[in-house]
Order: sequence, then structure tokens, then C-alpha cells
Amino acid sequence: MTMMEKNWIEIGTLDDIPRQGARVLKTRLGCVAVFRTADDEVFALDDKCPHKGGPLSQGIVHGMSVTCPLHNWVISLETGSAAGADSGQVRTHRVRVEQRRIYIDASALHTSEVM
Amino acid sequence: MHNEQNGKRKLVVIGNGMAPGRALERLFEASPDGYDVTIFNAEPRVNYDRIMLSPILSGEKKFEEIVIHGDGWYVDHGVTLYKGHKVTAIDRAAKTVTSEHGETVGYDKLIIATGSVPIVIPVPGHKLAGVLTYRDLDDVNAMLLAAKSGGRAVVIGGGLLGLEAAAGLKAQGMEVTVLHLMPTLMERQLDPAAGYLLKCAVETRGIDVITKANTHEIVGSDPAAGPPRVKAVRLDDGTIIPCDMVVMAVGIRPNMALAKEAGLNVNRGIVVADDMRTSDPDIFALGECAEASGQVFGLVAPLYDMANVVAQQLAGNSEATFHPTATATKLKVTGINLFSAGDFADGPDREEIVLRDAARNVYKRLVIKGNTLVGVVMYGETSDGAWFFDLIKRATDITDLRETLIFGQDYAGGSPLDPTAAVAALPDDAEICGCNGIRKGQIVKAIVDKGLTSIDDVRAHTKASASCGTCSGLVEQLLQLALGEAYNPAAVQPMCGCTDLGHDDVRRLIVAKGLKNIPELMQQLEWKSSGGCAKCRPALNYYMLATWPGEYEDDGQSRFINERVHANIQKDGTFSVVPRMWGGMTSAAELRAIADIVDKFKIPTVKVTGGQRIDMLGVSKEDLPAVWSDLNKAGLVSGAAYAKGLRTVKTCVGKEWCRFGTQDSTGLGVKLEKFLWGSWTPAKVKLAVSGCPRNCSEATCKDVGVICVDSGYEIHYAGAAGLDIKGTEVLCHAASEDETIEITAALIQLYREQARYLERIYKWAKRVGADSIKAQVVDDLDKRKALVERFVYSQKFAQIDPWAERAQGKDAHEFSPIRDLRIPEAAE
Repeated sequence: MTMMEKNWIEIGTLDDIPRQGARVLKTRLGCVAVFRTADDEVFALDDKCPHKGGPLSQGIVHGMSVTCPLHNWVISLETGSAAGADSGQVRTHRVRVEQRRIYIDASALHTSEVM
Repeated sequence: MHNEQNGKRKLVVIGNGMAPGRALERLFEASPDGYDVTIFNAEPRVNYDRIMLSPILSGEKKFEEIVIHGDGWYVDHGVTLYKGHKVTAIDRAAKTVTSEHGETVGYDKLIIATGSVPIVIPVPGHKLAGVLTYRDLDDVNAMLLAAKSGGRAVVIGGGLLGLEAAAGLKAQGMEVTVLHLMPTLMERQLDPAAGYLLKCAVETRGIDVITKANTHEIVGSDPAAGPPRVKAVRLDDGTIIPCDMVVMAVGIRPNMALAKEAGLNVNRGIVVADDMRTSDPDIFALGECAEASGQVFGLVAPLYDMANVVAQQLAGNSEATFHPTATATKLKVTGINLFSAGDFADGPDREEIVLRDAARNVYKRLVIKGNTLVGVVMYGETSDGAWFFDLIKRATDITDLRETLIFGQDYAGGSPLDPTAAVAALPDDAEICGCNGIRKGQIVKAIVDKGLTSIDDVRAHTKASASCGTCSGLVEQLLQLALGEAYNPAAVQPMCGCTDLGHDDVRRLIVAKGLKNIPELMQQLEWKSSGGCAKCRPALNYYMLATWPGEYEDDGQSRFINERVHANIQKDGTFSVVPRMWGGMTSAAELRAIADIVDKFKIPTVKVTGGQRIDMLGVSKEDLPAVWSDLNKAGLVSGAAYAKGLRTVKTCVGKEWCRFGTQDSTGLGVKLEKFLWGSWTPAKVKLAVSGCPRNCSEATCKDVGVICVDSGYEIHYAGAAGLDIKGTEVLCHAASEDETIEITAALIQLYREQARYLERIYKWAKRVGADSIKAQVVDDLDKRKALVERFVYSQKFAQIDPWAERAQGKDAHEFSPIRDLRIPEAAE
């Protein structure tokens, strides 16, 4: 397997995350927030607001955005960028859902399972 | 292995469902003389339209009407059909298949179309007589037979099949209950708004629907009374539903056992390449048993696309390939119209157009990306479904259609939506002004009869909106309705971008229209977004909770993190924990327990708060339930230091110790806190009780403050010591502790019922006026009593320690990661 190939790791099922909610995925490089929207779309972002590092996984999920619990920055789940007058960017991770199972592209996570 | 007589090759088909039927039709068109065909059908009948099983169940159609290929078709095309022959083995080396009756037939090409099997949840009792699935004609016949003796059917699964089964059984005269694991019906095809409307429609048909229902077991009858059969279904929450039949309609699983035994590559289904060939190039897999592009399929459109590809390949066109495209869903229940297609999730690069017509129960949502339509959900009126679906599939540029797109293909001009529609739809006896009990009919009559033209006129003639004023917005809309263009109302500040209605309008309409959950409210009040935003959802959740105690189920996802996990988030993502210390009192045992917890969980900071309690800062989220469990053991409960609710009741030591004390201020503080704790309020509420006018507990800058005097208790309210600094105002004098508690509870209840979300008591009081508050809380004893009764009733559901619930496992998902990738998996 080359480094360029995607490395999909199953991290749980859709039912593990409440609708309009999030769960934390712990990795060696820090926490990743895994979100589920009202329409059952799943997104993964570094669990760190670009503003002051707030845990985005703890925010209110609305539409395809999350509002950071610390200072109400609104971050796009799809692009990781801040909305409105704020500017900042958080890293996004590729995820896919198949048969309600959630897989994350672990090639950027550098976990033991990548080796 | 060509047939030596006619030179044709041999094609064997395992399965006789709709997909192979379509493949053969296409094959006979493309290559009429190419193959000798043999079909093995496990079902003892010809190919029929499985989609039409629901009309058979409901009695709207007969089997003969849904047959696709009659016996004559097989004869005309020289097809040998083995009915009721299940194939038990494929010998790939010899290129033969063998049926359970010992028939062995050779093939050049083989199609496996074994379809799928219904999923049966392995709960206790799933094998009892009377537990059925819904998949083929035999299942339908079994249901029809069982329905003859009447009784109640429980359908497990509120998806497409489950709802069709429920409607069919209802039509056969049974009582029906649908159990659905998720919060809204058909959640894979519909968004929550459309799911809500569907639930209403299903319930209108007399079918009971229980969502978030997890089946615990199927209870059987007493074996002593004969062979046991279904008697009831028991849910996880203990609910028991007596019934005579259980239908499992929770989903299907590709039937790939035969292919697996034959050594073909299988995953979730039988894996095929885009030319529909399995890992053996002479064997195709087709239909619900096949996995193509990593997906399996259950709807007919992609299965027919697969069938075309198989036919083309067999006819020699090696270019033909299968690629899944968007699919559309329709529910086949007479009178319920819903349609969904494409991808209808929100997104920053996506825009939505929502049309709601509350009076006609219509909901339409289009999702647009760039200049194309990518998804559609429609309920109530679906005539444009095919047109929208076509726009999605063709990725048509809709720039020119956009303005009127949501009105459908035939739209030719129309008027803008009427903002007064919600008020117009209210009946004449709907109460508009709660303070004075004025109904819509009285107001409209006064406007017309007396020629009123302003809100002040209406106040003068009817008293509507003359007290607290929260119904002003609605009265203005009534003026606008009655006077039309002639009336120019003062602008109401909308709650948020999702609506034109203000907070007060929404609160009154929740009561007037009896709106009991958020999706229902968004539909009835014609919300402009499909699911609300971070601004309106916490407010709506509070309004529902305050209006419908005991009925409304709290929506955790609409709460800010602190209220969702019952602790205060800190800048580093850790939490702080503040247990209640009633009236600021504590003991050696409590302090010792706190000290032990601080040591045990290595809590870095411990601080005394301004509200006379102890704050433990820097607790990790995962430790919270364990910390709470230890606190609970010492009798300590949540201090709600995170809540829009009752926070602290600060006290001085009072006459028990102090030489100036006039009353037992500490005791009264404890009693107030024990009476008020747990209640949710529009914003936080802080109290204090001082034992004398020296006011050591600083009661005169609190939301409610009590100053003890020789003759009794002075009740103050509407103070502030935050962004604004404001001394309290005197509400009244009370003679006893009981009267003080009663008036305080009435005041807080009035605040709970009237204030806008996040509006502190001093702002609310300024807006509605001290006179209006005093009149209801102090002067009118009947109103005071009614307010207290409503408060006491709502406390029945609020005074539950949230820490104890979570220490025992509630909302466990909040406190643990979904997975920890730092922990290596065990080596294989």
C-alpha cells in the first residue's frame, strides 16, 4: 500500500452519533470531531476552532454548520471555514458512510493502524 | 456447450424476480435467438410486480393484475421455468446448477438473481407463531389470513415497507401500531419536517405511531394453553403493546449464500464489476443480491438499469456498463403523497428553497447547488416530482427557472406568501390575549364594528395586549388582516432569519395553535429554513418545555453544550462542576467528599464562587459521570451553575447567629432553593435573602431578593449586577415565609410564561411594566394561585437531578469518544 492510497478505518455507526450532534474521535495527532446532520450526512473536522481552539464537537449543529461553544464562531462542516465576518480554517477529514457504518480516511491521522 | 440441435448457447437464471425478468425481455429484443433459457424460481409462480404487493395487501388489487410475465410468455420465448425449485448448488468447474429436487442443468452463462431476505431482529420471541415478514406474495397471503381474525398488528419499522404494510393491514380491518427506532419516519428518504407531516397523516388514518421505540421482546402466550403465539410486544422502556400479529419490516439483506458457497467474491452483496460480471466472468449477479460500485440496491430503477447492462453484455455488447444514479422514492399508500429524490442535505455551497402551506399540509424543499437542482423532498403535493427528478438527473441549468421553480412546471405567475396566514388560520375562539382572556373573534369584531385602526384602539376597546403586551404582534396581524393595505404596523423584530415572527408571536402561537414539538411548529408557522438555526432552536426548545410540562420531550441537540452535559465548558474544553449548597450551607461530610473527589480525579483548581458554593475546575468530559457519581454518594446534586434556570440562593446567617438578624434568612433561603431548584427559565435566575436591611447577602442586585424586616419580608425583584448594574424594585411586603415563597414562585412562573428567551427578569419587567406584574402576582389572588399551581406542576418533571441520571448512564454517548485510535487493535 502506497502512502497516496486512502486508508479507510471504520469508526462506528451512524446510530452512535445523535442527529444534529457530534462525537469525538481520539487520534495520536489530537481529537477529530465527527458530526451528523439532520439529514444524516457525516463530516469530520479537527476538534479545534480556528479562533481560540474551542472544541467544535461540543457546539450546536445546524444545517451544515456548527457553532463553536466558546465564542459562537460558525464553522462550515463541509469546508471547515468560518462563516460571516470571521476568517479561519479548520482541517477537514474525508469520511464515507456505507450501510450506516462510518469510515474515516486515516491517511492523515498517522495512527498505528496506518502502518 | 452449445445446444447441438439449434446452436444456441445455454443461459440459466437463478431467481425469477423483476430484475431478471427485465433482463430477459431486453435480451430477447437484442438477441432473439442467442440463448436457450432455463429459470429456477424458488417461489411457486411466475414473475410478478413486487412493488404492487402493498395494493394486494390493502385489497386494492388482485394477484392477476400484478403479473408481469404470464405462463404464455415463457412458452413464447421457449423458456423452461422451474417453479418452486430452489437451487442448492452451483458447480463452476462442471458449469452446472442443481435444484433441491435434484434437477441438474448445464450453462454457458449464469445469472444469479437471488434477491434479498428480510431482516429479522433476533429479539426474544422472534420465532413465535404470528411473527411475519413482508417480502413476497407468501408473506402477504399469511398476513391476509391472519388479518381475518382481526385484533391488533404491530409493525416494526417505519420505513417504506413498514408503512405500506401498516396501511394495508389497517385497510383489512386490523388495529395497527407502527414502532420505529428513529425519531422520525422514513428518515433515510425524508427530512425531519416531511417526516413529521407523514406521521400526522399516518396517525389520521387511525394507525398508532411510536417513534424512538426499541423492541425489547415479543411476548408469547402461555404454552400451557396450546402452541405459543404472539401475545404482545414489550419495548425497552417497559411499554407493553398487546397484539395478535407482528410484522418485521426493518430492512433487507442481499441473499448471497449460494454465491458464497460457489466461491464467488462477496462482500455486502455479490460483488460485480461495472459490466455486472461476478469474479467468475461467465456468471452475472443482478438485482438486490448484487453489490455494484460498493453499493447494494433496493429500489427498482437501478435494478432495471442493471438488467439492461446484463442483457447487453449477454448480447455481445461489451461496452455496456452500470453506474448508479440518483433515485427517487414514493410511498404507495392511497391518499398520502410524498416524494424524495437526489441529495437533500444542506451545505454552505447549497441553497434551499422551502415552501410550506400549513393549511393544506404541504411541504416542499428544493436543494440547489450552483445552477443545478440536486435534491427534492415533497409532502402533500407531489405532482411535479417527475419533473424535478428529471432536472436532477439531467443536471439542467435552472438559472432561468429559479424564481418560480418551487411552484412547479405549470407555474404561471402568483402572489407572494402572506405573512398573516398563520393568524388568519386561527379559529375565532382562539385566545390571543392570555392576560385578559380575549379571543380572536372578539378582536376582529371590535376592529370591524367600531372602525378601529391602531393597536392602541384595540387595547382601549378590548383590553387585548393591554397588560403584558406579548400578544401585540398578533393583534397587529389581526389589524392587518381586517384592514389590509390600510394598516401599517410597527415592525416586529423577528426571532432570527428563519422566520418573520417575533419571540412574543411565537410564544402566543405555540399556545393558541397547540404546537407541541419543534418540527410541528416549523411547519405550522411556515419556518423559512428546514431545520432552524443555533439562534431559534434553543429558544423554541425552552418555549416548548415551559408551555407543555410533562408532554414535551426535551431536545438535547437544541441546547447549548453546558445545558446538554450539565457542566460549564471552559476555554480549554474541560468542564467545571458546581454542586448545590442549599442556601450556601455545607458540612464537614460534604467538604470531605469534595476534597476526596479533587484528589481522586486530580482536579487542578478549586474555588469558592460568588454564589456561596464550591467550583471544581478542569474536569475532563469523560470523568464527569464518575465525579457526579461520587458527589451523589455524599448527597450532593447539580447546582445548575450552567443553566438558564435557578442558580443560587445566597443568604446571610440571619437571626440564628447575627445580633442584627430579624428573621431566619438562611432557613428561608434553603426553603426557597428547595422549592425552586430544577426549573428552566428564559435566562438564569439568582436569588438572595438578607436577614436585615444591612443586606449582607447583597439581595438588592439579584433577580429576586428578600430583605427580612421585623414585620416580615420585603420582596424585591428586577436587579442586575452584570453587564448592567441596577438596584431591585420592591414588589411587595409579605407577612410569612409561606407567602414569600408563594409570591416568589408566582413571579418566576409569570416570567417563565412571558419573557423572551435569554431575557433576564429586569429586562422583562421593564418591557411589560411593573404594574402588569404586580397585578397578577400580588393583587389578584386567583391569578397568583393559578401561577403557583402551574409552577408546582411543571416542577414535578423538572426536579430530577441530572447528574444522578447521567451517573447511571443517561446520554452516555456525550461522555465517551466514538472511538480511540490511539489504542492499537489487538494483533491478529
